Amino acid sequence: MSQTASSSLRAVSSKVPATATPADNVVLAVSGLRVAFRSEAGFTQVVHDVSFSVKRGEVLALVGESGSGKSVTSLALMRLTPPPPRSSLAGSALFRCRDGKVRDLLTLPEAEMQGVRGNEISMIFQEPMTSLNPVQTVGMQIAEAIMYHRDCKRREALEEAGRLIELVGIPEARRRLCAYPHQLSGGMRQRIMIAMALACDPSVLIADEPTTALDVTVQAQILELLQELRARTGTSILFITHNLGVVAEIADRVMVMYAGRIVEQGAVIPVLKHPVMPYTKRLLRSVPRLEIPSAEHPMLETISGTVPDPQRLPRGCAFHPRCAHAENGLCDADVPDIEEVSPDHFVRCLRWRAIAEACA
Amino acid sequence: MSATLRAGDVAMDDAVVLADTPESARGSRPWQRFRHHRLAMFGSAAIFILVLATVVGPWLIPFDELHIDIRNRFAPPLVGGHIFGTDQLGRDLAARLLTAGRLSLAVGFSAMLISASFGTLIGVVAGYYGGLVGAALMRFVDAILCFPTIFLLLVLAAFIVPNVAMITLIIAATAWMEVARIVASQIATLRERDFTLAAEMLGASGTYIMFNELLRNAIGPIIVAATLTVARAILLEAYISFLGYGIQPPMASWGNMLNNAQQYLGSAPWLAIFPGLAITLAVTSFNFVGDGLRDALDARMDIG
Amino acid sequence: MARYLLVRILQSLVLLVLVSLIGFAVLHLAPGGPLAQFALIPGMSQADIARIAAQMGLDRPLPIQYWEWFSRLLIGDWGHSYRDSQPVLAVISAHLPATLELMISALFIAVVLGVWIGVMGAVRRYSVFDSLATIGAMIALSIPTFWFGLVVIYLFSVKLGWLPAGSRFTIGDGSFLDYVHHLIGPALVLALVEVAIWSRYMRASMLDAISQDYIRTAQAKGLPRRIVLLRHALRNALLPMITLAGLELPTLLGGALVTETVFTWPGMGRLFLDSLSYRDYPVVMGLLTFSALLVLFGNLLADLCCALADPRIRLT
Repeated sequence: MSQTASSSLRAVSSKVPATATPADNVVLAVSGLRVAFRSEAGFTQVVHDVSFSVKRGEVLALVGESGSGKSVTSLALMRLTPPPPRSSLAGSALFRCRDGKVRDLLTLPEAEMQGVRGNEISMIFQEPMTSLNPVQTVGMQIAEAIMYHRDCKRREALEEAGRLIELVGIPEARRRLCAYPHQLSGGMRQRIMIAMALACDPSVLIADEPTTALDVTVQAQILELLQELRARTGTSILFITHNLGVVAEIADRVMVMYAGRIVEQGAVIPVLKHPVMPYTKRLLRSVPRLEIPSAEHPMLETISGTVPDPQRLPRGCAFHPRCAHAENGLCDADVPDIEEVSPDHFVRCLRWRAIAEACA
Repeated sequence: MSATLRAGDVAMDDAVVLADTPESARGSRPWQRFRHHRLAMFGSAAIFILVLATVVGPWLIPFDELHIDIRNRFAPPLVGGHIFGTDQLGRDLAARLLTAGRLSLAVGFSAMLISASFGTLIGVVAGYYGGLVGAALMRFVDAILCFPTIFLLLVLAAFIVPNVAMITLIIAATAWMEVARIVASQIATLRERDFTLAAEMLGASGTYIMFNELLRNAIGPIIVAATLTVARAILLEAYISFLGYGIQPPMASWGNMLNNAQQYLGSAPWLAIFPGLAITLAVTSFNFVGDGLRDALDARMDIG
Repeated sequence: MARYLLVRILQSLVLLVLVSLIGFAVLHLAPGGPLAQFALIPGMSQADIARIAAQMGLDRPLPIQYWEWFSRLLIGDWGHSYRDSQPVLAVISAHLPATLELMISALFIAVVLGVWIGVMGAVRRYSVFDSLATIGAMIALSIPTFWFGLVVIYLFSVKLGWLPAGSRFTIGDGSFLDYVHHLIGPALVLALVEVAIWSRYMRASMLDAISQDYIRTAQAKGLPRRIVLLRHALRNALLPMITLAGLELPTLLGGALVTETVFTWPGMGRLFLDSLSYRDYPVVMGLLTFSALLVLFGNLLADLCCALADPRIRLT
């Protein structure tokens, strides 16, 4: 691992040193994750040096706009990115498996990774309408994972699937076993996805924008369901979203991502109430509120400019062209390191102290 | 709904493996893209050579294709100066092949012109007017496509005087349907675009819109369909001439040369092999070119 | 599903009417029309011909003639052969099994080979296999079926003697093995074009299936690649292929005609050509109409199978 990776890692958390075993209550420790894709235009780095840890039973939110690299991060952890040479992964993702051993997900052989996916780490996706196999019953789709990972017989697996369908709040579970995806609504399909993901009792569930494609009311139901399941089973959730409202509602800790880097992370209340990174501040200010327009807020706030093209990132801090506090010579020179603001609140900004003092 | 699938339809769904290789450079202009399509370039070269050979070749070959030389009948290839051998009357096969090629290629090309024009006309009308007219026309096309092409072609061939013009006409009569369908669907899509709406609001008449606006933008798929139609037409001519209902001897076409060769298959196989190779080469080349054209014109159609 | 089938049946009925109209038009296009046979008989006077015309109802308005012809068609009266006065439908039925055997065998070969090549091509996209398969398919589509038949006969009958040069049976030997021996050549020749078409469509369908979201879900479940491809992708990719079987019927019939000629296989195709050369119009017209009807019903059958196989249609 490179120097910058290990040094930023030390700055992030002394609890998760680069190569040593993660602490007991940490199930996943990601360090220096880098993802690049090969296209006709050449090699493009999409995720630069992402480090974080997921504790047992917590909900960690990963927030960012489209193109920030948040989905790619999760796909990389699951090793669902295109195989080399079309993509390349670097860094480490230490995961505490059920058998107690700690393994690096990024270097596991594919055969072993198949044993981890769907079994110890699961993932649910954004589009419930298209994420289920249309010619297989939902019961079988859930049972399939159970049969494969637990070496179960079909009948037992289906019974377990029925139990799971009930668990996720779908009435008449027995009948639904034989239902096909097209016979279910979007919200129900997402519940089935959750049931499928939890079938083998994973320690981490990665949820990639699971509610974005759903109605607001259904969204609330799904979030409630996830919280309930987390309380019941103790599964950690890595919740990826661009919706700060959802973060406030469900997350314990949050990470803000911009242009492939984590720019601010920490416990949810400090970060959302007292953000330190200018980008986070602007994000929070641009959330639509009922009081707008008012004397104080005559217009909906936006962040000027657009998310940078991964192939043409600005020098230094990637946000500086859009930042009101950017200082020439400083912010456009080097990529900022991670600095500690307070225990469990970290930021990647060179002028955060100056800005905080100016606003105080 | 039924349709007779042809090479064109098949390759239509196939996102051109041949040019869609990871290293292929996507030139901004269609011609550049066409140039990078290796098989299309091969096809173009082959067509050029074929046309050249059939037009100029017979003069270059020392034998006259009509010259009967009984003493040298059934000469195998490369014997006595006959590159491809001779037939049962001692006529040089190479000379016959090239002269026949003129006819087969000419019939194929002419049939394409007629069927592409007619098919485009029907397609444009069906696509533009849509509704009952469009649906009726397309159902009619579907109904014709229920009849196997060869069956229809043979029946028509039995009714007419088998001269070159009539043969070309009936081949065209059975080949226009695919063009019509492609054009109709393309026009129907274009019809919904903003520029059509603008033209209508400016008061342009239906005919004007159909032919000046829509047709111009649909030219890409029409060219592709036309190229693939040449391939089909050459093949169809070969089929009916082989079965005895197409070009009649003593005029030679690749198809009726094969009819002739059938009875001598055991003793003089070269009589069958070379005409068949010629047909395969010609048809393959046009298919490759059509495929390359489709790939090259693809992006332009999307932007339009 | 009922609704889907109802729509399809109605569409087929519309096509049925249109097909019959086209058939009727072609019938009357024949030089001399339905009277052609009589004009050739020596000693026929104009008055005789006129009398026969009246008998056949040819002096009535066209729509009436069409209606009568169509009704006769529906009850099975397709006229009689000029050659042996047999009912046309009976003659056709006698030759139908041979052609069906050929078509079904060829289709079977095409599906098995075509699906395999297409799936392999999709899974190993851009590989040498894939490129060769694509080029091979395009060449195969360009080869005249009858020429390929001649080549096969030359190679395998004349030169190698492995296969018989034609017909359906060896006289005196009616065993199953002999029958298969005779079937191989024509079936393979007819299958050439079909293999090419099926492999291309299968590849496209498989590529489409692989790019769907539910494949990513299956991978995220930790299933091995083979199961993801076979149980999830292939099952979905095969659905559109059912429709393809129906769409390919005209091509198969046309190809069968040509193949039967080259291999002297006693099917509908040979009957067609024989009748054509004898100017036996009732049989020719009957075959023409029959083939179109076969295509129509074949497509309907394919749609029915599609409805049964696809739960999205079956359970709506």
